[in-house]
Amino acid sequence: MPNVTPPSSKYKLIGKNYTTGDLYAKVTGKAKYAEDYRADGMLFCKLALSPMPHARVRGIDARAALAMPGVKAILTADELPAPANSINDNGTVILANPRGYQALTNEPLFQGQPILAVAAIDELTAAEAIEKIKIDLEPLPFVVDPLATLRPGGPNARTDGNAWVRLPPPPPKPGERPALTPPELQTVKWTSQDFEEAKQGRLPTGKPTEEWHVGDVDAGLKNAALVLDETFVTPNTSHQCLETRSTMAYWQNGKVYVHTGTQSTAQTVPAIARWLGVDVSNVVFISEYTGGGFGSKITGDITLVIPALLAKKTGAPVMMRITREEENFIGRGRPSLHGRMKVGFSKEGRITALDMYVICDNGPYDMVGDAFSSGRIVSVLYQPQAMRWRSVTVLTNTPPRSAQSSPGGMQGIAIMEPVLAKAARKLGVDQVAIRRINAPEGKAPFGPLTAGKQQYATSAFIKEALDRGAEQFKWNERKVNTGKRNGSKVRGVGVSMSTYSGGTTGFDGLFIIKPDGKVYIQSGVGNLGTESWTDVHRVVAELLGVPWEKCELTWGNTSKNLPWTCPSGGSQTTHAMTRAAHAVASDGILKLQQIAAKDLGGKPEDYVVANERVSRKGGGAGMSLAQAAQRAIKLGGVYDGHELPKDINNFTVVSATALSGQGLMAVAKDKYPHDGNTFSFVATFAEIEADVETGQYHILDFLAYADVGTVLHPRALGGQILGRSILGIGHTLGQKWVYDQQYGLPVSKRFHHTKPPTILDIPDKMAWAAVEIPDPETPIGSRGIGEPPVGGGCAAILNALSDALGDEVFRRAPVTSDVILASLEAGRPAQDPLRSNI
Amino acid sequence: MADHELTDPGCSHSNNSNLISRRDVIKSVIATGVVSSTSYLFRVSKVWAQASAPGAVDRLITLNVNGQQRRVDVMKQETLVMTLRYKLGLTGTKIGCDQAECGACTVLIDDVPYYSCSVFTHTVRDRKIQTIEGLAKPDGTLHPVQQGVIDEQGFQCAFCMSGFLMATVGFLKINPNPTRAELAKGISGNLCRCQDYDKILTAMMRGAENLRKA
Repeated sequence: MPNVTPPSSKYKLIGKNYTTGDLYAKVTGKAKYAEDYRADGMLFCKLALSPMPHARVRGIDARAALAMPGVKAILTADELPAPANSINDNGTVILANPRGYQALTNEPLFQGQPILAVAAIDELTAAEAIEKIKIDLEPLPFVVDPLATLRPGGPNARTDGNAWVRLPPPPPKPGERPALTPPELQTVKWTSQDFEEAKQGRLPTGKPTEEWHVGDVDAGLKNAALVLDETFVTPNTSHQCLETRSTMAYWQNGKVYVHTGTQSTAQTVPAIARWLGVDVSNVVFISEYTGGGFGSKITGDITLVIPALLAKKTGAPVMMRITREEENFIGRGRPSLHGRMKVGFSKEGRITALDMYVICDNGPYDMVGDAFSSGRIVSVLYQPQAMRWRSVTVLTNTPPRSAQSSPGGMQGIAIMEPVLAKAARKLGVDQVAIRRINAPEGKAPFGPLTAGKQQYATSAFIKEALDRGAEQFKWNERKVNTGKRNGSKVRGVGVSMSTYSGGTTGFDGLFIIKPDGKVYIQSGVGNLGTESWTDVHRVVAELLGVPWEKCELTWGNTSKNLPWTCPSGGSQTTHAMTRAAHAVASDGILKLQQIAAKDLGGKPEDYVVANERVSRKGGGAGMSLAQAAQRAIKLGGVYDGHELPKDINNFTVVSATALSGQGLMAVAKDKYPHDGNTFSFVATFAEIEADVETGQYHILDFLAYADVGTVLHPRALGGQILGRSILGIGHTLGQKWVYDQQYGLPVSKRFHHTKPPTILDIPDKMAWAAVEIPDPETPIGSRGIGEPPVGGGCAAILNALSDALGDEVFRRAPVTSDVILASLEAGRPAQDPLRSNI
Repeated sequence: MADHELTDPGCSHSNNSNLISRRDVIKSVIATGVVSSTSYLFRVSKVWAQASAPGAVDRLITLNVNGQQRRVDVMKQETLVMTLRYKLGLTGTKIGCDQAECGACTVLIDDVPYYSCSVFTHTVRDRKIQTIEGLAKPDGTLHPVQQGVIDEQGFQCAFCMSGFLMATVGFLKINPNPTRAELAKGISGNLCRCQDYDKILTAMMRGAENLRKA
């Protein structure tokens, strides 16, 4: 099946393939990632990791280590700056969580947590020094299973609690900025009676810490033609970026220079400043290339303070190389969700009521939003007529979690889709039809009532994606012969819907047209491989009518004056930064028109910018962009950046000020209206073949049909759609954490213990396509796509498996060969649906 | 189907019998009761100069890397990837796992792909080593397989790219006209965490086509 290249559009650059400006460096090995930098006199550091899942450091004896030749310094948790508050773009103060994750600790809360670090003249010496340090640890109670801690008398992950509870923000005091408080740590225990449900293999649903509902769920269930009550568990999975979070740092003239991977160049600067307790103006951050993030490096990683503080202490550059095993401990992971869904269906398959309960395995540190997101994603994607969502976010002594591509969305979809597939079979409704009847459309409502109203999407065209995808995949032909054994082989087809947030608003754009006639675009977007760092700026060239070859992009180094930019997480960038690009291009065009009118007469609106000129409409007088740039320098003021808009972020003010006087400066904030919440959608189709004698299965064919609005860069989009689909597929094929429950120690620590899909785990040709209906609430009409394919990839394979093998095979993901064989033999799902990390 | 063993750097029974794999060393270490956890590490200082012992290898050796003779001082336990990255300045070869799991460090040794994290430097003195930096011509003209990546916008973050490229170039030497499935199998020792396999395979197939036309 060929890839579908979206049809050509009204644009010259938008929607067209091109070669990104970073590719030559990548393909020749010249691209520098963090560990590729060297500095004179560079030291190396190594970490001492906790051997226990929970302990208290009673004493550290480093005398023998510090006496070794070549050992320069030790860094302990006592020397870290205290957690500091931050302020978001709205001026809201985000109060620091005193229980948040820090780079080093005196109370390790998971096995593998760094306790201290040593810097030495080489890595071998540093490692030998670590071996000589005596750390006196007092073992403390621990728990690695979220249900175990909820049981009466169950152990707690922290000495003072086991569950995060999100509190409503307090009303701001007069004259003070509004503040966001960290979640409250509480101790939550359920009753033995609550756990009676577990004996039937159903998730107990004791008292939740958070809940919302919309509509009459009880009536919806009562009036349903079919009610299903299903328990499903998704796995913990590590991000496993191929580039570990290695960092090199040094100080010069009071400024700290940090080389590390990030998803978001501009946004990492305030994070580094906050973590190190220095002013933003004293941070220089260099990250031109990042070896993957997937949510684990949204603003770099707090571990970077270790080499930075050791560099300060020793007066020398320090390189911290993070090993694959260390990355497993500190590289973050997606939390497992234990889910229970009670869903009512009409005889046509419409969801009359949905009662959702999730327990989130949060790890011991900062609260992740996966439980929260799972409810909203399920709400917007399946449009239940009534819905209740309840959750508990539980702490365990396992590595800290963070957002992982489609956080909460993937898990919610993986829990919900098998229910929908089972309902379709029971009701005799086609799998595509049952999704279409429940799919969102237009300004689709979702989530709880706020001031009597639900929030709503900006737009949704997933029905078109389902229709076109079913046609392209030949769904109706393929579904006929599935589930029939041919020898030991049996085929199955699966379809899944998927969605996630697809963009934010309110960021800045910045470029200069210089007297050489070129457009110098400043990009604050991180370069983690999605190519959004360059793709979004095609909008500037498109609107100015400038050939792409005449645009020079600067990125990846904050000493080069970059604008304030959205974090590249949650599929924000394509949406947020095409808006900023549109705003700044419009500013540039207006300034060109004004300059032309000043020099050549008439009004600004009499002029048009095209073909590298600003000229009078209908022909006549005009000037080249090069000439206009020279005039801008002479005019000064707003034209060359000496006067700046009042509403841009201070980060952009600093950058624009440094760049002023070099040409015509365009600088603007995205203030376009935006009615609704932006989501992107994917309809995913898969066919698998399973062998009932070996339990093995493989994917025969795969199509992801996306609704992402206007397509910016087809090849990059295809990489995102299929790449993130396969990340989701990994959760079905075999990725999970395994823990020794008795000692609280991880068994899966390396790639081969929990291996991401390889090139042999997928078909040798996969297909993607895009609906290409612009989103009406954003100027270019583009939405993001990083997150939405993940849930679809995972669930389409799950649904294809149940189509092939029946509904009584699995009750959790991943679905491995041994599960398939054992379940087929038992005639029921041979999986304990409730234990974690097995 | 090509002989898959040829591309398995962990295989100590390949045609290069004097290459010592990490697996062999681990076996010997276990046999002699010596515990070693320092294979990831290296020593740049003179503070801890290694004493010469009977049977010890020379420290100052000559390597043939990308057609150049390079003199380099190596420790006996030093792996090729560390020598390339930290002694010879060839940082295009990446360390993804340092334990033969991911293939990010793949280089060609006498035209055969090897995980350079699992090859001891002193075992490849008389070998022809090629890294990503040695693929393009001195005038900057890209190797046809590199050009395939440019043509198809292959790879996302590209941390795995040099490993995939070297594995592909090595595979194409024994099967210059593979099907997608054959090439996928040939480079299946390399992990891409961005999971951009579909586009990578398209780019590598284009590279194979470029190579045949060249």
